[in-house]
Amino acid sequence: MILLAYSILLGILVSLLAPLLYRQFRRFSAVLAVFPLAIFIQLCLVIPAIVTGETLQMTVPWVPGLGLSLNLRLDGLSLVMALLISGIGALIVVYGGAYLHGHPFLGRFYSLVILFMTAMLGVVLSSNALLLFVFWELTSISSFFLIGFEHQKANARAAAWQALLVTGSGGLAMLAGFALLAKITGSFEISRWIESSATIITDPLANAAFFLVLLGAATKSAQFPFHFWLPNAMEAPAPVSAYLHSATMVKAGVYLLARLFPVFGQMALWPVVITALGLLTLVSGALLALAQTDMKRLLAYTTISALGSMVFFLGLGNELAIKTAVIVLIAHALYKGALFLVAGGVDHGTGSRDIAVLGGIGRAMPFTAAAAGLAGLSMAGLPPLLGFIAKELMYETTLDAALPGLLTGLLLVANVCMVAVAGWVGYQPFWGKPGQKDLHPHEGSTGLWLPPLILAILSFLLGILPQLTGKWLVAPAVQAVLQIPAKVKLSLWHGFTPMLGLSALTLLLGIGLLAARRRIQPAITAFWHALAKFGPASMYPRSLHAVLSFASLQTRLLQNGYLRIYVSSIVVVTAVLAFVTMALRSIQFTIPTFQPPRFYDVILVGIILIATFLVTRARSRLATIALLGSIGFSIALIFLLYGAPDLAMVQFAIETLTVILFVLVLYRLPKFKQFSSRRARIIDLMIALMGGVLMTILMLMVSAPDSDAHVARYYVENSLPLANGRNIVNVILVDFRGFDTLGEITVLAVAAIGVFSLIKLTAKGKPKRQVPVTGEKNNASLHPALSRSPLLNALNAGVFSLPAHSRTQ
Amino acid sequence: MPLMLVFSVFLLIRGHNEVGGGFVGGLVATNALMLYAIALSPAALRKLLPVEPHVLVSAGLLSALISGLIPLLTGQPFMTGLWLKNPIPVIGKIGTPLLFDTGVYLVVIGVVTWILLTLAEE
Repeated sequence: MILLAYSILLGILVSLLAPLLYRQFRRFSAVLAVFPLAIFIQLCLVIPAIVTGETLQMTVPWVPGLGLSLNLRLDGLSLVMALLISGIGALIVVYGGAYLHGHPFLGRFYSLVILFMTAMLGVVLSSNALLLFVFWELTSISSFFLIGFEHQKANARAAAWQALLVTGSGGLAMLAGFALLAKITGSFEISRWIESSATIITDPLANAAFFLVLLGAATKSAQFPFHFWLPNAMEAPAPVSAYLHSATMVKAGVYLLARLFPVFGQMALWPVVITALGLLTLVSGALLALAQTDMKRLLAYTTISALGSMVFFLGLGNELAIKTAVIVLIAHALYKGALFLVAGGVDHGTGSRDIAVLGGIGRAMPFTAAAAGLAGLSMAGLPPLLGFIAKELMYETTLDAALPGLLTGLLLVANVCMVAVAGWVGYQPFWGKPGQKDLHPHEGSTGLWLPPLILAILSFLLGILPQLTGKWLVAPAVQAVLQIPAKVKLSLWHGFTPMLGLSALTLLLGIGLLAARRRIQPAITAFWHALAKFGPASMYPRSLHAVLSFASLQTRLLQNGYLRIYVSSIVVVTAVLAFVTMALRSIQFTIPTFQPPRFYDVILVGIILIATFLVTRARSRLATIALLGSIGFSIALIFLLYGAPDLAMVQFAIETLTVILFVLVLYRLPKFKQFSSRRARIIDLMIALMGGVLMTILMLMVSAPDSDAHVARYYVENSLPLANGRNIVNVILVDFRGFDTLGEITVLAVAAIGVFSLIKLTAKGKPKRQVPVTGEKNNASLHPALSRSPLLNALNAGVFSLPAHSRTQ
Repeated sequence: MPLMLVFSVFLLIRGHNEVGGGFVGGLVATNALMLYAIALSPAALRKLLPVEPHVLVSAGLLSALISGLIPLLTGQPFMTGLWLKNPIPVIGKIGTPLLFDTGVYLVVIGVVTWILLTLAEE
């Protein structure tokens, strides 16, 4: 397991190195497939252990402060997913090399695919929910880049955005759900959640947690009404569609539901909501598919339908249904992955994916045709392929469930559509009548037809060896979901059962639909087209537009480019919030006894007061800057006198820098021409008074004797032994609160990038007017770094509460 | 200016035990560079810098990040401070927090110089 865990983490490194490797060994870049293959083999080696009911685990603490650790866990369910991810991953690397042969971004493709694979393995192996979330988002991000792979195309960019926004917001909802679960159980470990399932489902927050997590799963697995991103994601190159958008990533939501089945499965809501969701997706996906003529979009809609069926069976939640869900998952990954690769191969060989145009290319592309045929048979559910077993089980489950008539009827409709689409994609383009003559089909290189053929043959092998499939793959997964030992016996021939009859009926109707494509498809297309404006897909641009207009509204309102508005709104909001809090909590403060002021205190305070008064009267910018500077330096001197040399030094440096920056931009700024009206000044005075009063009260509260003295003592006592430093302020900055500082310097860097791009980019459009505004902003951007937490923390703990200690320095 | 730069490095190194630190050090160094730019010209400053300011920023972020990652190699949590046992002459004790502080130092210099040059060359 340790070897496995490390080889997965190695994936991040391989991903970084992939473009380099590609550049070095251009012709042999498919050797990168060795990496996923190695993981696949390792996984195969642990199958026997998993079958006996073992789970492999390992833990590396990562950020213990956040309850985050690298907890990896491999059980039957994870194993099935991981085998699919690594096995198909290896084929995708080979296929991608051939499909994108000579493409300028092939190196990038390798890098992203390996990164995705690593992230996806992380999702299915994490036993810590936070870790799962991190990997989950990483899959969304790599999906974003892969959908937008052809980034010159506006469609690809839009589709990438759409997928990222839909799955990303779902991911955030899921994180909120995880946080609620952690609040209930006190842990982010999924195993703990399973143990305390009884507590969770009786908790008042359970419903909220359930729906939030479901939102994450539903967006990722393209469930209705979030299904619309998946067909649009077909802008991605074919290997990406095969890998991310049919075989693995979109199954992450299904995986999550299966993983959390032991947690939520006993809720009254579970069977109702999940079943309804799955059923709706199952049927609508299948019916929508009928309107498509593009091979990849056809496959995408049937993928939605298949995902819906998996969710549906998880919703039913009995042993038979879970078994069905797992088989459908495996069967679907194999045949759909193969068909997507076939679609890519056809596109490569003929330049078209339109089933209305294609036909009779089987003779020229025999291997691709063979792969398509086998995979199509599995999709249509014909014996002896794995798809047949899956379909028999589907019917068996629905006949066994409550409302057998309705469920079986809907399932039948969906399966008939599946048969038809399987024919449209797997049979007609190869052996049907061509819609256009000059296709000039040709078989691509080995890398283009071998991977889909391997997947299709696997569908066949797993189908003719049902006992092995059941015992080695399905049973451990079912056991992991149900948390009880499960026996799975699969077979191809059950005798003359109702299921067999239904299968035959499906096939007959499906073939009818298959043959009638040219006649019925225009009608279906027109029907869906008329409905489209009510569909959820139209919600996406509308909500996007709403967000954008809200953003520009609040930008006009708050970010209007006038520094004075920024300052006054910040002061007012802070003061009002603080006063309200104080009033609500009736906070009291004592006025401490003052020491008699020393003469230099008096002088400094005098300078500050005079300078402050003069600033308000100043009539030129230079005078204002000089006066502000003298205030700053006086404050720095006070810091120095009261034993905060670090702070004083920072203050000195900042003041100097501010003055220098001002001098630099000074001659660009307009002269003070307009002075504010009397009314504006009175308002400003009120605001200033509010801020001043607030700060005074806060200072009094902070200097009250009992305030958080233990925090200060902790830092003082532990600074040397724990962090090896005597300068408490600095130790806090770089060690105790180092994480915050890391965040802050990142913010600083982002601010610099912002200033750079604002100035450089706006300079092209409207050069003159923007300059003073951004000049002001730039000064504002220096201050957040000073005013944010670690430094304040340091001041609070290390300096002001402990004047006696610091003064001895 | 060389004096100020040397002083800033001095501040950076002694920061952990005495008054100083990467942030102040960075500011002092920045002040030195700013004065240079005012005295001569921003273009002269750009010529003086061995690398582009944004490279400084990324190098700083990277070294801060690496200082956090080093403890992971020894199996300790992210950002545990590690110190070499024996002090090195002149510099004193070194450890990952010093690397982190160096990162802060570089980021501060890089950010301010970057902003300044952008403004000045506009």
